[in-house]
Amino acid sequence: MFNIERWTEIFQSIQKNKLRTALSGMTVSLGILIFIILFGLGEGLKNSYSDLFLNNANNVIYIYPGKTTKPYGGFKTNRRIELKNADIDALKQEFSSSIEYVNPSLFVSEPISYGLESFTFEISAVSPSNQLIEKHVLMKGRYINEKDIKEKNKVVTIGRLVARDIFKGDDPIGKFINLGSRSFKIVGVFQDTSGDTEENKLIIPYTTRQQILKGTDVVGTVGITFDQSWSGSQAVKLSDNIKSFLKKRKSVDPTDPSGIRIRNVADEIDRSLQFANALQIIVTFVGIGTLIAGIIGISNIMVFIVKERTKELGIRKALGAEPNEIIKMILTESIFITAISGFLGMVIGIIILNSLDSSALQEYFITRAGVDLNIAFSATIILIIFGVIAGYIPAKRAAQIKPIVALRDE
Amino acid sequence: MIEIKNLHKSYEMGSSSLHVLKGIDFSVADGELVAIMGSSGSGKSTLLNILGMLDNSDQGTYDLDKIRIANMDEKKAANYRNKFLGFVFQSFNLINYKNALENVALPLYYQGISRKERQVIALNYLGKVGLKDWSSHLPSELSGGQKQRVAIARALASNPKVLLADEPTGALDSKTSMEVMALIQKINNEGKTILVVTHEQDIAEMCKRIVLLKDGVIVEDKKVKQNIIKNV
Ligand SMILES: Nc1ncnc2c1ncn2[C@@H]1O[C@H](COP(=O)(O)OP(=O)(O)OP(=O)(O)O)[C@@H](O)[C@H]1O
Ligand SMILES: [Mg+2]
Repeated sequence: MFNIERWTEIFQSIQKNKLRTALSGMTVSLGILIFIILFGLGEGLKNSYSDLFLNNANNVIYIYPGKTTKPYGGFKTNRRIELKNADIDALKQEFSSSIEYVNPSLFVSEPISYGLESFTFEISAVSPSNQLIEKHVLMKGRYINEKDIKEKNKVVTIGRLVARDIFKGDDPIGKFINLGSRSFKIVGVFQDTSGDTEENKLIIPYTTRQQILKGTDVVGTVGITFDQSWSGSQAVKLSDNIKSFLKKRKSVDPTDPSGIRIRNVADEIDRSLQFANALQIIVTFVGIGTLIAGIIGISNIMVFIVKERTKELGIRKALGAEPNEIIKMILTESIFITAISGFLGMVIGIIILNSLDSSALQEYFITRAGVDLNIAFSATIILIIFGVIAGYIPAKRAAQIKPIVALRDE
Repeated sequence: MIEIKNLHKSYEMGSSSLHVLKGIDFSVADGELVAIMGSSGSGKSTLLNILGMLDNSDQGTYDLDKIRIANMDEKKAANYRNKFLGFVFQSFNLINYKNALENVALPLYYQGISRKERQVIALNYLGKVGLKDWSSHLPSELSGGQKQRVAIARALASNPKVLLADEPTGALDSKTSMEVMALIQKINNEGKTILVVTHEQDIAEMCKRIVLLKDGVIVEDKKVKQNIIKNV
């Protein structure tokens, strides 16, 4: 296989025909480079999707009470539906076998102050299961607990960014903060990997909030979790059952799209994952398309190269070159150029991918753009193999034409 | 050295066929210097290409140094061309990206001779054609006469039994033609069998024998008194 004499011949041919070498080399490099970059960005898109869903519990159903749009059961249209503590209890009872946690929540809008300073943050009045649903991770102290719910304690667990902004490094645990006109004791700090929004929140018991609102028993949005291992269709079935149960209980027309609305995260994820999969398929197709374009490019160049060398090959034959020797010469040259420029394109592609500004990419919903080294290598090797096949066909044809015909070529 | 009998060759062109060689009987002994003449289109090149195994005949026999050349596969033909035959073309046919020395060394590469040895032999033949000092020049840096001398050196490098030259002076002026013919005479005097295709009477008269082709047959074949070229 390794024949120093042939290699010397080939190196001379490569060296003395720089344009030809550059042309074929660039086609291969560019093919691989574009493939790697496209594939890497596609991976980044997919990463963004999976990150998005991994950071929140996906076995959650949200219930949003709203205004009816149809008259029903003697009630007029445009009636505001309110969920009450009794409804929550009924829900727990009815679906005790299928639901894990119920997290009623109330929207709170109160000015926040500490000492003389005032701040603006979002306040959520919820139950302790909020921690599991939002995947809040405790950094310090404790989360609000069942005892707080029962005793309607004025305690608050704050997000990492809230703690940073208000206490600037001081330990917030045990300090008192004013929400509206009432003073709450800080019992814990949490963080959340899904982003800043959650870490800018203050979490208080929903029962405490109800007491502040003159002992109301109304709740706002309700989150319900179910068995993690359930399929999307099981989850949809549960949410349908919950919807009809509540509609019946609250006298809402079963066909009313409003009144009681349900959002099923599992179902959304199912659909989004389908989208992500479609994205993956598109990226793969584009990648394969680039590779094919690269292969066609090399094939054309190989045909061109062999055509251009026809006369030279005729001379070599007249001087005694065997057909095999001609094929080996053309193929070795093409393998050499394709391999070198293929790996060059691969390395450059990977370097470009790695040097892309990740925060700029984040704006385009691309996270950790990058390509699996195995895929990069396989693509390069596929291109090289096809480069060899693409070179073999014209080389074989050139080796077979009669020397006199080749010599006549101008 | 060369023995052909009843050689026929036709070119097929679509539906029509052009009968170019119509039964050539012809033999060349060792050490001869033969001029092949004839008007344009008479089949001189066709004959030479068949003798040189660059093309094949349709009918007839061809023996080269008592070996029957027939139905040879391309691999074997390549070996025979390499060992037995040297070519000189009107248009030189040098490889343009190789310098003079590398061009001359190329037939030796196909004999499997090592690079070092190739260069020694090639330089020796370049010396023989008076171009030792031009060994590193590319064909584009050489005059027509110099190119043809490089081509002759290349044809000789593999020490073939027969040298075939198709209008070696066709692209050269008369002075350079003399130089090239003087070289051919010198090589012939050293014992090499040479066939030269030419249009020109005076070039033919520098050979020892003239064969005249007309309409695909030999119409005349005579020994002539060689016009030996002195001091060029
Ligand atoms: N490849 C080919 N296909 C078809 N016809 C050809 C081919 N080569 C030669 N011919 C024809 O065969 C005839 C003989 O050609 P050849 O080249 O042998 O002539 P020649 O004697 O060498 O002429 P010249 O002096 O012009 O070189 C010509 O009529 C030519 O047109
Ligand atoms: Mg001719």
